[in-house]
Amino acid sequence: MDDVKTPSSEERKSALSGLGTSRKRVEDARFTQGKGNYVDDIKLKGMLFGDFVRSPLAHARVKNIDTSAALALPGVHAVLTADDLRPLGLHWMPTLAGDKQMVLADGKVLFQGQEVAFVVGDDRYAVADGVSMVKVEYDELPVVTDPFKAELKDAPILREDIADQKEGAHGARRHPNHIFTWEAGEKEETNKVIDEAEVVADEMVYYHRTHPCPLETCGCVASMDKVNGKLTVWGTFQAPHAVRTVASLISNIPEHNIRIISPDIGGGFGNKVGVYPGYICSIVASIVTGVPIKWVEDRMDNLMATAFARDYWMRGKISATKDGKITGLWCHTTADHGAFDACADPTKFPAGFMNICTGSYDIPVAYLAVDGVYTNKAPGGVAYRCSFRVTEASYFIERMIEVLALKLGIDSAELRSKNFIKKEQFPYTSALGWEYDSGDYHRAWDKALEAVNYRQLREDQKKQLQLFKDGKSRKLMGIGLSHFTEIVGAGPVKNCDILGLGMFDACEIRIHPTGSAIARLGTISQGQGHATTFAQILASEIGIPASDITLEEGDTDTAPYGLGTYGSRSTPVAGAATAMAGRKIRAKAQMIAAYLLEVHDDDVEWDVDRFSVKGAPEKFKTMKEIAFASYNQAIPGVEPGLEAVSYYDPPNMTYPNGAYVVVMEIDVDTGVSDIKKVYALDDCGTRINPMIIEGQVHGGLTEALAISMGQEIAYDEQGNVMTGTLMDFFIPTAWETPTYETDYTVTPSPHHPIGAKGVGESPNVGGVSAFSNAVHDAFKPFGLTQAHMPHDHWRVWKIAKDLGLHN
Amino acid sequence: MIPSAFKFYKPDNISKAVSLMKDFGEEARVIAGGHSLIPIMKQRLTDIKHLIDLSGIDEIKGINITGDEISIGAMTTQVELINNEELFQKAPIIREASLQIADPQVRNLGTIGGNVANGDPANDMPGLMQLLDATYKLSGTNGSREVKARDFYEGAYFTSREDDEILLSISFESPSGGYAYEKQKRKIGDYATAAAGVIIKVENNKCSSASIALTNLSDTPVYCNKAVDMIVGKEIDNDLLDRVTKTCVDQSDPVADQRGPVEFKKYVAGIVIKKALKRAIERV
Repeated sequence: MDDVKTPSSEERKSALSGLGTSRKRVEDARFTQGKGNYVDDIKLKGMLFGDFVRSPLAHARVKNIDTSAALALPGVHAVLTADDLRPLGLHWMPTLAGDKQMVLADGKVLFQGQEVAFVVGDDRYAVADGVSMVKVEYDELPVVTDPFKAELKDAPILREDIADQKEGAHGARRHPNHIFTWEAGEKEETNKVIDEAEVVADEMVYYHRTHPCPLETCGCVASMDKVNGKLTVWGTFQAPHAVRTVASLISNIPEHNIRIISPDIGGGFGNKVGVYPGYICSIVASIVTGVPIKWVEDRMDNLMATAFARDYWMRGKISATKDGKITGLWCHTTADHGAFDACADPTKFPAGFMNICTGSYDIPVAYLAVDGVYTNKAPGGVAYRCSFRVTEASYFIERMIEVLALKLGIDSAELRSKNFIKKEQFPYTSALGWEYDSGDYHRAWDKALEAVNYRQLREDQKKQLQLFKDGKSRKLMGIGLSHFTEIVGAGPVKNCDILGLGMFDACEIRIHPTGSAIARLGTISQGQGHATTFAQILASEIGIPASDITLEEGDTDTAPYGLGTYGSRSTPVAGAATAMAGRKIRAKAQMIAAYLLEVHDDDVEWDVDRFSVKGAPEKFKTMKEIAFASYNQAIPGVEPGLEAVSYYDPPNMTYPNGAYVVVMEIDVDTGVSDIKKVYALDDCGTRINPMIIEGQVHGGLTEALAISMGQEIAYDEQGNVMTGTLMDFFIPTAWETPTYETDYTVTPSPHHPIGAKGVGESPNVGGVSAFSNAVHDAFKPFGLTQAHMPHDHWRVWKIAKDLGLHN
Repeated sequence: MIPSAFKFYKPDNISKAVSLMKDFGEEARVIAGGHSLIPIMKQRLTDIKHLIDLSGIDEIKGINITGDEISIGAMTTQVELINNEELFQKAPIIREASLQIADPQVRNLGTIGGNVANGDPANDMPGLMQLLDATYKLSGTNGSREVKARDFYEGAYFTSREDDEILLSISFESPSGGYAYEKQKRKIGDYATAAAGVIIKVENNKCSSASIALTNLSDTPVYCNKAVDMIVGKEIDNDLLDRVTKTCVDQSDPVADQRGPVEFKKYVAGIVIKKALKRAIERV
C-alpha cells in the first residue's frame, strides 16, 4: 500500500462531482431514449379512461344534462355529473386560495371549457364518442371578460353561490364579483410623498394573461383498491404530499390509505401545482367502478381550462427628485382571477409576493393594493416559471423605472444605478416588508453594461435612428435593460403555508453498507435535474461521489413530507434540508471514525471524503469505511446504521437577482423584430451545477421571449378562447430562439446552509422585462411611453402606426 | 382529440378511388398528407364515415418534365418538390415557396395535391398555382376534365371540384423571368399573415409579362389581374411599383384573426407585394 500515492484533497474533491461541477444530468439517458415513465405511460390491468364534456359557453345556466345516448353506447360505463358527486360532497372542491371551485358544473357554467360531465369508458375512443353524445341544454347569460367591468353596479353576478357573502377568504368583498383587497405598505405616507414630489411618472402596466403550457399536459391514474381500502394516484403533481393531505381532507379517506405518486413529469411551470377536476373525477370514478381510471387532458383542454398565469393590470406612480433619486412607489393592481380564485399562492398571500414590486431599488416608502375580481375566464393565476406573482412585480417596477427615466430625461441604466440597494445595506428591509438577504447589484450591473459594451450600443442605436430618419432604413434598434430581484424559497413556516401546511421541506438519507446512498426528498423534479444536483450537494457534504447517490422523489409512501417543487423553492428549501441531513450523517460518521481510529471525537477532522486524525492525516477513515463500520461494529453509545432526516424550515426567503440586456431591431412596417443580443447575468448565490444553471437560463429566457413577444391567452367578448391551439399560442421553435450569452456573479445567501438561492425562474422574471423594454426603447425617440405585451407583429406595427411612423 | 369512427380504404388505382367516392358520396373524403384534414377530424369539426387514402396510387405521384411542360402528380410531397433538381431548373419558385411551408416534418408528408385541392385560403400552393397559371386535372365518375387554377377556387374550402372527383395532377409551363415568393408569418409552421408571389419579364426596363398572386389575403387565393394589366407594357419605376402594389392590396380582402386586424394585414400585404416585385425584378 505504501507505494500507492494517496490522491490529493483536490483530486478527491473532483472525484466526488460535488458543488460547482458541471456534472452531466443523470436523468437524460432515459429521457433522450424515450425511456421516461410519465403518467400516460402507466397502464394498469382493467384500467378505464375518463374525459370531460366541456362547456362551449363562457356563462350559461345548465338547464339539463341528458346522458342517456352516451350511456347507450357500447364501451361507455358511466357518466358523472354534479348530481352524482353531490352526495359525496365532491361537486365542489376547495382551491388553494381559500375559494371553492366546481368540480362539475353545478347549475351553471362560468368559463368556456369548464368541466360539465365526466364520461368513463373502455378506451379513449369510446370515451370520445360518449363525450360527443352527452346533450347539455344551456341558457346563455351575459358574459364578463373585462375585469374593470366586473364591478359595475349592473354587472352580471357570476358567483351566485357566494353572492351575498360580504367576507371572503381574504377580508371584505365590496361587490359580488369582487374577491379580495390586499394591501401592503404605507398608504397615506406614500400618497403624501408622491403628491409633494418634484417628479412623478404615472402609468398603467398590463401583464397579459398567458399560460405555462408544459410539454406534458395534466393527467392522472387513480386506483382504488377496495380490498385493502387504499387509494393510489399517479399524477402530474408538483406537490404530491400536499395533494395527499388535501385529497384526504376532502374525501375523508384516511391519509395513510392514500398514496400519491408523481412519476416523471414533463414540465410544470406552475401548471401542475393545483388540484383539478380531472383528479377528483378520476378518483370518484375509480371508487365507483372499482377499477383504475386514467385521465389525461389534451393540449386544447390544457390551454383552455387548466391554470392560466398573470393577467394583472398594474397602475403605478413613482416619484423622484429632479436628479433621479426615487422617493416613493404606489401601485394599484386589478387582478383578473377568472371564475374561481384558484391561485396557487401561499394561503396568506392572495396576491403572492407582489409586494416585492419595489424591485432592486432603495425606495423609502411604498404602497400596494391588489383587488381580485371574478370574470368569465378559466381559473388559475399560477406562478408560471416564477415565484408567486414575482414576474408581474418585476415587470411592473422595470417598466416604471423606464417611464420615470423618460420623465427625468436621463438614461435608465444610470437611473437604476443611482437607486440600487447598496451592497452594505444588506440585509435590507424593503418598504413593503421583505428582508432581502444579500446582493451586490452595482457589481452585477457594471459587469453587464461592460460585457455588452453599453455605450457603444447606444452609439449604434443613434446611427440606426439617423438612418431611419433619413429614410435609408425602416428599422429601429431597441436596447432593453432589466435588473430584477426575485423572492424565492417559500418559505418560513411563520408566514408561509398552503391550506395550513407549513412550507418547509425535507430530506432523508440512508447510507448503504458499501458506502453508496439513497436520498429522498419532499420535492419533485419536472425537468430541473434534482437527481443530478441534490446528489452534488450531498457529495460535497458527506464525501460520497454524486454518482453513488440515488435520488428519489414523488412517492408519498416513501418520501419525507415536503411541499413540492415550484416558485424556485427546491434548492432554497429542500436543498438546505439535504445539506442539513448530510451534516447529521457527517456528525455521526465523525463519532464512528473517532471510535475506529481510537481517538476522541474532537481529535478527528473532516477532509473531503474522510475523517483524519488532527495532525496525522495519514491516519484516516474514509466515508466508505465508516459506512461499513456503521453496519458491522458494535460501537458503544452509537446506534447501528447511518441514516438521517432533516426537516428544514427556512429562516428567510432567498433573493436571486440579475442584470439582463436585450438588443433588437424592429421593422416598423411589418412589426417583425430581430433579436440581436440577449445577455443574462444571474446571481443565484452558490452555483451547484453551472451547466444546469445555463440550461435553466436558456429555457427561462425562451419562455420570457415567448411571453413578451407573442404568447397569450386571448378571449373575445363572448368569452371564447381565441388561442386554444399551438397555431395561435406562441411556443418558440429553435428557429425563433436567439443565441443567449450567460454570465454570473456570486453573492451567497447568508442564511442558506450552502449559500444557494435558486435560479430556475430568474430568467423568466428578468427576461420578460428586458425583451419588453427593448421594444419600448426602440420607439422611445418618437414618444412611446407604454405599450402592452405581447409585442407580436401587429401590436408592434400598431405602435409604429400610432406614432405616425407609417406616414 | 379523437375522431369519430370511420372506415379506411387504400385503393391502388384511381378508378377504384373514384368508384369509392361514387359509392359513398358526401360521407367520403380522400386523404393525401392529412395535415389539414386530420386536425379537423380530431376536433370533430367534420364527420367522415369513409376515408380514402390516396397514398397507394402510384399513377398520381411524381414529377414529369417534357421540354417546358411540367406535370406534377397530386400525391407528390413537398419535400420532393424541394429536392427535384430538374424542377428547380425549370421553375425555381416552387422550391422557394415550398421551403416556406410549415416545417420539414410537415413537408415530408404534405402533398401538392392536398395543398391545392383543400381550398384552404391559408395554403401557399393555390396562390402559387394561380401565379403559374397552372391547370388541374380531375377525374370523376363522368371522366376526366381540366380546370384552370385561376377558376378553381370559389370560397374558403369551396372549389369547383365535384364530390366524386379526385385531383390527379397539376401542370404548367416553365415560367421565365424573375420570380419571388415573399411570406410573413409569426413563426415556423404558421400560415402566412400575408404572402405574395411574382413572376415578371422585363426587357429594356419595360415589363413584357407579369403574374402576381396572393396567399391568405382573401377567402380564396387572389390572382391580381388588375395589377398585371397595369404593369405589363410599362416602364418600371418605383412609382409604378407603388401603384401596382396598391392595386394588388385593393384586390385583397383579408379577415381579422390572431395574426392581426384587417388594416394591419392589408398594410403588410403591401410590404410583401412590393418586396416580391422588387426581388423578382432584380432576378430578371
